[in-house]
Amino acid sequence: MTMRLRMWVLALGGLGVAVLYVLACLDLPSFGGHRHPYGDRAVRAALARHTANTISSVNFDQRALDTLGEESILFGSVLGTVVLLRQTRDEDRQQPEPARVAPSVRRYALFALPVTLLIGLYIVAHGQLSPGGGFQGGVVVATSLHLLYIAVDYRALERIRPLGLYEVADAAGEAAYVLVGAAALPAGWAFLGNFLPYGTFNTLASGGTVPLLNAAIGVEVAAGVVVLLARFLDQAVEIVSTDEEAEGRA
Amino acid sequence: MSAAPYVVAGWLFLMGCYGLATSRNLIHAVGCLAVCQSSTYVLLLAVGYRSGGTAPVFSDIAPGSRPVVDPIVQALTLTDIVIGATVTALLLSLVIQVAKRHRTVDPDELSELRG
Amino acid sequence: MSVAQTLPLIVITPMFGAALLVGAGRRLPRFAAETLGCLFAAGAAVLALLALAATGSSAGQPAEWVGGWRPHNGVSVGIVLVGDRTGLGLATLVSLLVLAALAYAWRYFAEPPRRHAGSFPALVLLFQAGMCGFTLTGDLFNAFVFFELMGVVAYALTGYRVEEARAVQGALVFGVVNSLGGYTTLLGIGLLYAHTGELGFAQIGNALAGSPGTPDALLIAGFTLVVTGLLVKAAAVPFHFWLADAHAVAPTPVCMLMSGVMVELGLYGAARVYWTVFAGPGGMPAADAHRALLALGVLTAVLGTLMCWQQRHLKRLLAYSTVAHAGLFLMGLAVLSPAGVGGVAVYVLGHAGVKAALFACVGILLDRFASVDEHQLHGRGRELPWVGALFGAGGLALAGLPPFGTALGKAVTEEAVGGWATALFVLVSAVTGGAVLRAGARVFLGLGTRPADAGRHPADETAGEEEPETRGGPLSRIPDTMLTVPAVLLAAALAVGLVPGLRTGIGQAADAFTDHAGYLAAVLHGRAAEPVPTPPPHWTASGVLWGLVATALAAGLALWTVRRPVRDDVARWTVPLRRMHSGHVGDYIAWFLAGVTLLGALIA
Repeated sequence: MTMRLRMWVLALGGLGVAVLYVLACLDLPSFGGHRHPYGDRAVRAALARHTANTISSVNFDQRALDTLGEESILFGSVLGTVVLLRQTRDEDRQQPEPARVAPSVRRYALFALPVTLLIGLYIVAHGQLSPGGGFQGGVVVATSLHLLYIAVDYRALERIRPLGLYEVADAAGEAAYVLVGAAALPAGWAFLGNFLPYGTFNTLASGGTVPLLNAAIGVEVAAGVVVLLARFLDQAVEIVSTDEEAEGRA
Repeated sequence: MSAAPYVVAGWLFLMGCYGLATSRNLIHAVGCLAVCQSSTYVLLLAVGYRSGGTAPVFSDIAPGSRPVVDPIVQALTLTDIVIGATVTALLLSLVIQVAKRHRTVDPDELSELRG
Repeated sequence: MSVAQTLPLIVITPMFGAALLVGAGRRLPRFAAETLGCLFAAGAAVLALLALAATGSSAGQPAEWVGGWRPHNGVSVGIVLVGDRTGLGLATLVSLLVLAALAYAWRYFAEPPRRHAGSFPALVLLFQAGMCGFTLTGDLFNAFVFFELMGVVAYALTGYRVEEARAVQGALVFGVVNSLGGYTTLLGIGLLYAHTGELGFAQIGNALAGSPGTPDALLIAGFTLVVTGLLVKAAAVPFHFWLADAHAVAPTPVCMLMSGVMVELGLYGAARVYWTVFAGPGGMPAADAHRALLALGVLTAVLGTLMCWQQRHLKRLLAYSTVAHAGLFLMGLAVLSPAGVGGVAVYVLGHAGVKAALFACVGILLDRFASVDEHQLHGRGRELPWVGALFGAGGLALAGLPPFGTALGKAVTEEAVGGWATALFVLVSAVTGGAVLRAGARVFLGLGTRPADAGRHPADETAGEEEPETRGGPLSRIPDTMLTVPAVLLAAALAVGLVPGLRTGIGQAADAFTDHAGYLAAVLHGRAAEPVPTPPPHWTASGVLWGLVATALAAGLALWTVRRPVRDDVARWTVPLRRMHSGHVGDYIAWFLAGVTLLGALIA
């Protein structure tokens, strides 16, 4: 298709969608309105189950099946990335070069690493109490490890990052969510039922199965993001095609 | 102006589509797709807003003392963000392979599948 | 354990299998990994079959509130899985087809990625989990989540052969277009949530009933946007462009799944959302939905057929035939009646078996000759008589030869649509079946003149030289599994047309599927309502006759074409059509927006 024709189709289509959407917006309840029936019910249900953070209660208790699907999407796309960014037949691995890092950068990154790791773990652990949870904290934990790449070099990162172990942890997180969900069945509950005692409101052990599912997600996200980034970093740092390697030597 | 936040979402979506349709670089195109997706965050959060509402987290406020925004859309948005991030990662890994196999990331130069 | 309680197990069994395969995958030999994959897929299939058998005797629609959040006075905060016969039947079809694809792939691929023997079966299991979840869920946002799960895994599976330039390009286009479709659906979900304050199908339907009258722009936009994403998956014109690109490059076992069920699940989703959410008072008037779906269906059927006939790349040929048939299915669903739904259900079952079998045959050709090009393969298939026989039988079944399930489905659906539609159904079946028979006659019988310059092809066309997908060059002999799977699939397609119990079951499933009030009562109040019974799909004299006419036309068309010399250049009138299918993601996005506008205009 020529660029000109494409722009015409795009303009007409875009105009139509814009008209449809704006007309719909004019019929929407006005911004900031007070009618949120499902939201109000969710708040009541969360409080009844002693979960201070309603969003975690929605994610890990009321609509826990959504989170299982979402976790599987993460799991599937990490697996997909591992498959898609594999070392192919015409590619070789190169030892990464040791890199020189400015001392100030090194000092800062080495200081930030344990702090970031701790913050990440805190956010995972307090998911049912305060804003945060397995997803948010897991990403922070995974990021903290990569500060080592900035502070030292890729070889240092590889030493604290046995990928096989992280892949197993990724799968274990996925399996743990399914198993906690299924553990409700012998107790006479429906799948993903919150069958544990709800604990004291606003304490770490409150919310029944919410902290457990939250932890499973935290493990999976942290491990999954590490594996995901490792595949991209390998492409950037280690994997070279055999032609390029030959050119480099010549 | 009460519909303005909703319209912003539609604007983001269409701008993302415009970028996708005219992109000359696949990495840029994947970025545009993320713009399209961010329109869904804006719409969901706008739909769930309640005037004067605060976060639906009761670790530091007493239940019932203040209005809270709709927790459902917040949870949906969180799910949506994770989906968006993972889809973006997967598509970028495909772009890496496209760059290796075709030695270009310009969609105008990819001409192997047609008819 | 009740039927309802098995519903989540159908979804989590393959998920758990995938986790196990990835966790243990580094130590597992390939044989063990593939066995485990088959076991978990089969486990889900058995669960779905048992649940289906248990619901077969009652009119109920077992509903399982995940987490035990059963509704009080019709409201709940949870997500519901609904095991009505249509949903469970599709979950069964998905699981059986996954099993067939895994069995076919048993000795298929070149060496799996180093120390990741389990990746391919694990990805397929996640694909299965996503599709089963999508068929069973009764919640709009949860449907979006499972929709994205099957999408993400399908992109990765399509690009699985990363060493091939076309594979990664096709997978990327597939990913971008389908993700955009998903986000469009989510925008629609946001609008519907703002309007009704609910997310479940039944809950939204219930809330809409509170404001009866003609639909406002909000409802029209919500319906349009939600259905758009589902129609992208269903490859309705003009959202269909990704399909041929993805099918042409995906590994054959993945093509079997994508053509056999994934595309049809998009249609299922659109029909499910219409019937549960919008079919009641305060929803969409039936006439508007009918007009929009019928128009897109006709467009899809015609364009798919035209493109199918033009192809020499066998996988693209089959892919466009899937587009054409998706158009016919859409026309059948557009009738918005139990008869239409029942006919389409039979058609989908038969088509899944036939199309998967045809892809399986093409996969064998690809292994033997490293090509799927009709011209390059001319006469070379003579050494594979069994594959040729299966391919020919598949072509005849696709054309609508009774008593294949495709023929019954076509007959019932065309009768439900009525009038001029019969002619269209016959033509589409004849041309798509004829294209398969034409390719079969050239490849397996060597009929007609051998094209002199089979290697050359015009710029606007995709030819079919491919890297073989199997390990270390062609296999020493075709493994038994690769021949058995298409044979079993074709036998199953035959059984769909012949087993009377299946027809009555599908008839009852269609009655319940189109019973809006019954669904709401069953989900929100746990009351089993008996839908008004209608006659189940059955053979009629005119249906058999039209099936035979379509088959004869297909065979005639195929023979007439192979006797004529092969044209060097593509026919002039097809050039604009081919140019539309440019493989360019920017073009596809422009058509996507135009399609949303068209759909909205047709509904409003």
